[in-house]
Amino acid sequence: MRHIEAVPEPANEPTPKPTAEPVIVVDNLVKRYPSAIAVDGIGFTVDRGVTAALLGGNGAGKTTTLAILLGLLLPSSGAVRVFGEDVLRHRYRVLPRMNFSSPYVDLPQRLTVRQNLSIYARLYRLRDRDARIDRLARELQIDAFLDRPSGKLSSGQKTRVALAKALLNEPELLLLDEPTASLDPDTGDWVRSYLEDYRARTGATILLASHNMGEVERLCTQVLMMKSGHIVDRGSPDELIGRYGRTNLEEVFLHIARAQPPALEPVS
Amino acid sequence: MTAGIAARAVETRFSPERVWAMLLRYLYILRSSWPRTLELLYWPTLQMLIWGFMSQFFYQNSSYVARAFGVLLAAVMLWDTLFRSQLGLSMSFLEEMWSRNLGHLFVTPLRPYEWVISLLAMSVIRVMIGVVPAALLAIPLYHYSIFDMGLPLVAFFAVLMAMGWALGLAICGLIMRHGMGAESLAWTVIFALAPLSCVYYPVTTLPGWLQPVAWAFPQTYVFEGMRAVLFDEAFRVDYFFAAVALDLVYLALGTVIFFVSFRDARRRGALLQMGE
Repeated sequence: MRHIEAVPEPANEPTPKPTAEPVIVVDNLVKRYPSAIAVDGIGFTVDRGVTAALLGGNGAGKTTTLAILLGLLLPSSGAVRVFGEDVLRHRYRVLPRMNFSSPYVDLPQRLTVRQNLSIYARLYRLRDRDARIDRLARELQIDAFLDRPSGKLSSGQKTRVALAKALLNEPELLLLDEPTASLDPDTGDWVRSYLEDYRARTGATILLASHNMGEVERLCTQVLMMKSGHIVDRGSPDELIGRYGRTNLEEVFLHIARAQPPALEPVS
Repeated sequence: MTAGIAARAVETRFSPERVWAMLLRYLYILRSSWPRTLELLYWPTLQMLIWGFMSQFFYQNSSYVARAFGVLLAAVMLWDTLFRSQLGLSMSFLEEMWSRNLGHLFVTPLRPYEWVISLLAMSVIRVMIGVVPAALLAIPLYHYSIFDMGLPLVAFFAVLMAMGWALGLAICGLIMRHGMGAESLAWTVIFALAPLSCVYYPVTTLPGWLQPVAWAFPQTYVFEGMRAVLFDEAFRVDYFFAAVALDLVYLALGTVIFFVSFRDARRRGALLQMGE
């Protein structure tokens, strides 16, 4: 089993201003396409330092919600605030404080890992880029292939490189789309351990979209169950398991996924 | 300890560092594949060789070329400047499409206009890599130097680069709007304009009804201006200003198409999905 190397942080880093406002506030969010409604009036908040999950099957609206939070997708209506800023109007005020990783969005394959990370470090205007990359490379155990083209890496290596990219600016808010998809159990477990450690070490907020129930049970204290663009239930994993009288989150997921439409009205 | 080492100050301004980051990225990509770099040199050099030998033949057999040996060679090199300017911008843009990378880029503080500036800069670099060696090779081979044109050459180059950018931006916008199915526009659109640009023949060669259409493109003024310099040793200032005015119109149009398409891609969620 790999272990996570804890590397001391530089002492002179600024700390974010403490605030009582949740890091994420989503209100009555709608994303409508000509042929479908991807997200239908959802609302939720995520507090600072919490790891939350958007949980649902394919087409539930998880990735759409993440993309709107990142400003990659414009909603049809509704409001999204991150760090107290309206993301639709002032996304450049919050983007330096957040980051994103997805196995479905590649880094340029012909560039080496180091070149890719160096370019993203410049995009975030980081000081001490090389030191930051070296430190992350050690922590995420990608230092052995820093000078290899990104396209020549295995799935597990690519996932760790993508995570390194997502952690370059040491984000206060980390959005992850299926962070352990297509990973073997050992690598998946290692990534989950790293994320737990990162959150504990930095106090960052993590919102992940997943349909890996074990992952969500282990990492998250807040779960938003999505189906057909609605949030159909929410709570901690234990609350949800207790509410449905099940033994684990997977059974809750299956119960909700197989429920008839009338039982799936949004929870107010 | 808390998260956060990125620029915490409110980030709302233009950053040359981000433009440089994107430019560096395209230079890495270019450097990572020598066949692609070679291809930049290959076509302009090949064109120059073909037209150089044709010019030598026509010089002895055609009164048109006999008036100025370099007229065809200069035309082919200036046409390549226009073509490479547009293609250079479009190719860097397509690199992002092929690597499905827009979803990563636009969750950073990178502004779309900073990206565009890096695409324009890369277009200049690609033109230089392609056209300058061909122009230099013509000197020992044909004893013809396009650089003898002097300052008018700088004016022609600037007008053609700007028109190439305008076309490139519009094409990138159309690819964003219609997806990779429209990728071939990057190679084909420019050739549709070639007959109307009067690269190798005067505008008066065209039928009368087509001539006003030809005069609606800045490159037509460049090629007419080039012939004025080579045949009459006169720089047509009126042509130059007309070309600059048209460049501004086309650049504005290309910019609008690009940014409207970019916003539309955000509305459709295409930034996350776009790719091969």
